[in-house]
Amino acid sequence: MLERGEVANSWRRERWDSLRLLTPNWQSRLPGHHYQGPDPDGYMTMGEVVEFIERFATVSGAPVRTGTNVTSVRRAGDGYQVTTSSGAISCRSVVIASGACNRPVVPPFAGAVPSSVTQITPFDYRGPDRLPEGGVLVVGASATGVQLAAELRRSGRPVILSVGEHVRLPRLYRGRDVLWWMDASGVWDQRHDEVDDLARARRLPSPQLAGTPGRGTLDLNVLAAMGVELVGRWAAVSDGRALFSGGLRNVFSLADLKMGRLLDTFDEWARAHGRDADVGPPERFAPTRVPEPARWRLDLSSGEIRTIVWATGFRPDYGWLEVPVVDEKGRLRHEGGVVGGPGLYALGLPVLRRRKSTFIHGVEDDAREVVGHLARHLPVRR
Amino acid sequence: MTTIDNGVNVQALLDAREVLKGAPEAAKFTWRASSKWQNGVHSTTSIQNFFGLGQEQSHKSETVFTADHPEVFAAEDNGITPIEYLLVGLASCLTAGVASVAQNRGIQLRSVESTVEGNHDIRGILGADSDVRNGFNDIKVTFTIDADASKEDIEALVAQSQKRSAVFDALTNPTNVTVDVA
Repeated sequence: MLERGEVANSWRRERWDSLRLLTPNWQSRLPGHHYQGPDPDGYMTMGEVVEFIERFATVSGAPVRTGTNVTSVRRAGDGYQVTTSSGAISCRSVVIASGACNRPVVPPFAGAVPSSVTQITPFDYRGPDRLPEGGVLVVGASATGVQLAAELRRSGRPVILSVGEHVRLPRLYRGRDVLWWMDASGVWDQRHDEVDDLARARRLPSPQLAGTPGRGTLDLNVLAAMGVELVGRWAAVSDGRALFSGGLRNVFSLADLKMGRLLDTFDEWARAHGRDADVGPPERFAPTRVPEPARWRLDLSSGEIRTIVWATGFRPDYGWLEVPVVDEKGRLRHEGGVVGGPGLYALGLPVLRRRKSTFIHGVEDDAREVVGHLARHLPVRR
Repeated sequence: MTTIDNGVNVQALLDAREVLKGAPEAAKFTWRASSKWQNGVHSTTSIQNFFGLGQEQSHKSETVFTADHPEVFAAEDNGITPIEYLLVGLASCLTAGVASVAQNRGIQLRSVESTVEGNHDIRGILGADSDVRNGFNDIKVTFTIDADASKEDIEALVAQSQKRSAVFDALTNPTNVTVDVA
């Protein structure tokens, strides 16, 4: 196992200070290792996640070579030649587990933003006190965007949040963590070959959730009540002005309707499995309120905002992968983690084999199947 | 079991989506209109040909649109105002979307009606107040749909129709427009 830095490197270096896991502690389980602390319904801080993963590295006896950065992987004979910062390795098979969030994505018009405005990505963000004084425009309303907008607003700054398509979820539903429902009702176990539109499921933004001690919901209504101003998806920069889409109302409708369908699924599951007595009564949440009027133009040079936080997603980085298995959009081509090159595999990508593939507890089932395929591949090549 | 038929060949659209995934050049269309001044603020615009799937294409016949201003604008009112054509485009695009999405989702439509209202402060185009924009301040579309589906499913049809609408996108997001003199 090659690790460019230390064990749990991205949790140590690529996360902001206040971040906690989105999944409750009891869901943090890996083969032979699970949370045993006093707060199963809480959410781990980054320090606790690092400890958890370090402990798993010890318990599992994984042969981790830390400080070993992979600089290239290329086909060689009937296997692969892996070049690293501490020498070359020849192998029959490679499992790519470098994740889907190696680089923050920023839209091309970021280059047209006036230089008086500071621009940062979640990789640069640590906390509100490191940002210039004044207003902040947070772009993107997935888990990252809503959490940073809330934290920045609580620091006393004016905050505008630019909202495109998003996934709305309550933190608790019928008294249980919404991710308990995802787990128990089987939504998370849905397989990649059962999902209607796999390409779309793999592109889905992370849900509007935060792991806080108060277990509160962090949707757009909560943010608006805190004083965060909601605007549409940022479409362009023209003459030093940001132009936002006028379609805000529809992205609210899409997310409200989608959440309603998911809650229907949970209710049906509870009824069919006789679980209604174990949980609270069914709930429905108020539709997302549309601001009147939502502005669609913002003068970026007026000083109203001093900082832009790009919470516009991440992409994987396969710059080191010298095997033609990456598509024109920079994504790995694979079928349930089986990559086109013989002996080449992937783990830990969105909906790799199941909806839960990118969650800590989700990798176990995927890994068993992918490693099963790998084990069958090896003798065949002899 | 009854067959759902809203008159949309969804299979052809789904097939086209698969084919065009691997042939992005063929997906590039150019729509064209030719306009001619008549008199006053009256003009006619003709549409017949367009480019797409790698070659010149043609509608079955030419359509001619007449635009003018109403009598309250001191004009002859030979036809609707240009900004009303945007309402025609939006309503017909969203309606087409509702029918297509319903077909794809197995929902039989019985009737789909909509009203479209665009609020417009004409002080902008008259130059009477520089703070007032020329175009619509806002547009409101109201659908009345009779179909074999729940209220939520019908709302989802309308939401998905907006999500995939060319005219909704063109109206809600900025577009670069170049106007040259030949």
